Formats: sequence, C-alpha cells, structure tokens
Amino acid sequence: MTLSADEAARFAALLEEHEDTLVAAWTDRVATSLRGRLSQAELRRQTSELRRGFQQALSGAAQDLSAESAAELRAQLSELSTNRARQGFSATETAVSVIALKDAVLGILGDGASLRDYVAFSSFVDEAALFTFDSYVRVREELIADQAEQLLELSTPVVKLWEGVVAVPLVGTLDSARAQVVMERLLQTLVDTGSPYAIIDITGVPAVDTQVAQHILKTVVAARLMGADCIISGIRPQIAQTIVALGIEFGDIATKASLADALRYVLARTNKKVR
Amino acid sequence: MERVPILKIGDILLVSIQIDMEDQVALRLQEDLADRIVATGCHGVIIDISALDIVDSFVGRTLATIASISKVLDADTVVVGMRPAVAITLVELGLSLPGIRTALNVELGMALLERERGDDSDGDEKEDEDDTGTSAVITS
Amino acid sequence: MNGESQRIEVTTDQDVVRVRQLVRTLAVAVKLSLVDQTKVVTAASELARNTLVYGGGGSVEAGPVDNGRRKGIRITFADQGPGIADLDMAFTDGYTTGGGLGLGLSGARRLVDEFDIATAVGEGTSITVTKWCR
Repeated sequence: MTLSADEAARFAALLEEHEDTLVAAWTDRVATSLRGRLSQAELRRQTSELRRGFQQALSGAAQDLSAESAAELRAQLSELSTNRARQGFSATETAVSVIALKDAVLGILGDGASLRDYVAFSSFVDEAALFTFDSYVRVREELIADQAEQLLELSTPVVKLWEGVVAVPLVGTLDSARAQVVMERLLQTLVDTGSPYAIIDITGVPAVDTQVAQHILKTVVAARLMGADCIISGIRPQIAQTIVALGIEFGDIATKASLADALRYVLARTNKKVR
Repeated sequence: MERVPILKIGDILLVSIQIDMEDQVALRLQEDLADRIVATGCHGVIIDISALDIVDSFVGRTLATIASISKVLDADTVVVGMRPAVAITLVELGLSLPGIRTALNVELGMALLERERGDDSDGDEKEDEDDTGTSAVITS
Repeated sequence: MNGESQRIEVTTDQDVVRVRQLVRTLAVAVKLSLVDQTKVVTAASELARNTLVYGGGGSVEAGPVDNGRRKGIRITFADQGPGIADLDMAFTDGYTTGGGLGLGLSGARRLVDEFDIATAVGEGTSITVTKWCR
C-alpha cells in the first residue's frame, strides 16, 4: 500500500501543524526505549530533524522512500543508523527511533482520519524503519570487518631483537588466515631490515594443527629461499607430541626451548662468523 | 634478442636481472656467464633477482644450472634479493633450489662469498661448513 | 566468462612473456593480493610454456570473472597437440616427458583455486584455471 499524492500532502500538513506535540510525544517514546542512554535534548534534536525530513519528503509528494524528495530523509536515516551502530545500540533500539513516529502520529490524528490513510502512512514509516535497519546492519558489518583486521595486525607483531635478528612472538590460536599474514609479514621484515635470522616463538600458541604447522614450515622454507634462517622456539610439550603424532617432519629446522635460547644460538653463530 | 648485462666488480661478477626474461634470454645468460667466469677468472657470482616479480620453474632451473656450472669453473654463486611473494610461490610450486646459496641483498651476498673464500683459504676449518649461508631445501 | 577476455596465440617464447604480462595486468585489475598475483602469474607461465613445448603451440584466453560474491581471474590454455595419455602420471611431482622439472602441471594446480583439464590423445589439451580474490 503506497501513499497517494493527496495523502502525502495531508500528512505533510499534519506534521507541520502539530510540530511541537508530535516531537514531544515521539521523543518521549524513543527515550523510554533507549532507557536514558541518550540525553533528552539530544533525542529531541534528532526527532525534530527527522520530523523535518519526513515533512519535506511528504510535501514533495513522495509515495515511497526512493522518491527524489525523500533524498534528505534517507541521508538522515542512514546517519542516524551509523551513529546508533557506532554507539553500540541494538538494531531494535535503532529501528524503534523511527517506528515510534507511528504512535506519535496516531496521537495527533483527529477523529476524521481514515484508516486507509493511516495504514498508507504507516507503511511509509515501516519502509523508513527497514531502511534504517539495513544501514545499521551494513555499518555493523563494516565495524566487524575493521576490527577483525585490526586484531590481525595487533596479533602479529614482528620485532627486531638484535642487529640482524627479528622475532615474531605468536600469541593465541593460529588459524590459516593469520598464519598466512604472519608468514608474509615476517618475510617482508627480513627484506626491509636485511636480517638473516628470524625467530618464530610459539610459546603463546595453545595448539598446532597440521595446517598451521605446514604454514610455519613453508615460512621457514621460503625464508631459506630468500637467504635467511628461521629458528622456532617455545614449543610446548603437548605441541611437540602433536607434531610427532601428526607425522609432521621438521627436518633440519632449528628448534630451541625458549626465545632466550634461540637468541643465544643465533648470536653464537653470527659471532663465529664475524670473527 | 635482449641480453642481461654482467658486471665485474673486483673478484665478483654481478648480474642484475631487470627484465621479464624470455626462456632464450635466460639460456643466453647461462652461456654468457660461463664465458665471463673463464675470461675473468672471477671466483664469485652474484645474481640479483630483486626486480623479478615471478620466478617460474624454468628460471629456477636456469639459476640452478648456472650455480652448478659456476661450481665446476671454481666460482661460487649466490642468488640475492628474492621477493617474499616469489619465495612463497616457489614453496607452493614445490620448487626447491638445491645447491643454490641465497642472501637477502647484494651486500649480504658479497659478505657470504667473502666468508666462503676465507674459509677455503683457511684450510681445514670445516666445522662450520653448514653455518655459512643457507641452502634451500624443501622439507615439507 | 564475464567481463572482457583477451586472447593470445602462443607460438614463441616471446608469447609466453606476453601471457605473463596480460595475466599480471588482469590480476592487478581485480585486486588480487600481491602473493596471489605472483601465484597466478607463475601458474600461467608454467601452463603457457606447456602449451608451447608439449602442445606445439596454441592459444591462451584470460579475463576477469565474478560469481556475485567474489571476483577473480580465469585463464584457459588450449592446444591441438598430442594430448596427455596418462593424467595421473602427468600430475606427479617430478614426472616429465620433456626434460623439464616435472612441476608444471602439479605445481600450477597448487597455485590456483580451480583447475580443470580436458585432454584426448591426438586431439589436444585444454586447461582452465581460476584464481579468486580472498
């Protein structure tokens, strides 16, 4: 059910005529649902802006939300959802801010209003609420993707330990994606710093499966192809057992009990060479 | 046909591959290098591949052949500057470069060659044979 | 194949270089990661050389693909050469009939996400590979 041009104009007039009552009632309802997490003044500002947006859209004879005169309303709604999503409000709390307009309008409708008119208006508001919901979900998805990426960056530091020695202290569960990021970052750091030695410390890794072990092995082999040596340190007893049980061949890769042992080993080798 | 230039720096021949080589260009380099090693009497060859954005099995095999030929002609070969993405791809491809010494950059490559020669002239000091430089072997 | 695909006839060494360049351009255009670019270009180089050396020349067609969720690139290598009699052997690491390292087929398959091969003795070989953006 869409709004006719006639109905749209009547509702636009209504929104204008009862501006104050409407905004007050609308703000109240939103405030109740948000339980005081946004100030009354802030909500009031938002609802009166939205009211203006709705009025503008309707007086431009918008039959649905995709109409040209609803462009500003759409912008307002997506800004509202973006802010709500970033502030950590739920999807319901965000959509209610729009849906509450229906209740508020019902309150100011005179007895003369037809049911048909109200249902048409109501579906217009629903459309706006759905739009808000979509924007909300999109913003949340972006937020999650950003955070996942940040987490990936945070969790894989490559540090310079000594002249010519870099180390990656791995902490937490290693999945395939993270192992790959670590691999690429480590190799790039070797090039950037001209370090012929890398220590991969897995003290903080609770478990290693075949795939992750393969990633570590491939990193070591790739580093050798580039002219650098990797030492793996901090292998826990359970992980050593897993590695053997899985039949993973560490071959001639140097393994040391601790990061300190690994560094000592590397320094001994470099000293002997420098002479 | 294009040719890859070979520079002589002291006792070292430096080859910096700057172009996407056709197979024939790679084979030509292999021949040219053998000729230059004999002509100059150099004992070290550094092949800089930092400009190569891929190394496929043909180029890999050519590098290995160059290293073997150089060895026969009493020159050590070091391949330097392999990019991380290239190294990762070679591992996935299953291409090991057996017998090829590698270093991260030209400077480290030259230091590696010096050390090798130094060890040779020191005579019996063989105990750290394995420690000098890294040879690439795929174990996975 | 959707999007514009381009075709290169492979009859000389130089054409193999052109295939590498075309694939690299496409890989950059669909925003493959640097490592994935390197992998797909290397695979293309191996397969184009196979087309030339074992297939006696042929053609390579490459273009972008989009399955709605992900973008990627798809390359087809076709020749009218002798075909491959024993596929299992051809995919074994280190097996070669042409004096190479025997890593072309098996190695290239590891470098891409999808690998389809159709071959018949005496009629030729057609290989299609796809690499998707992560």
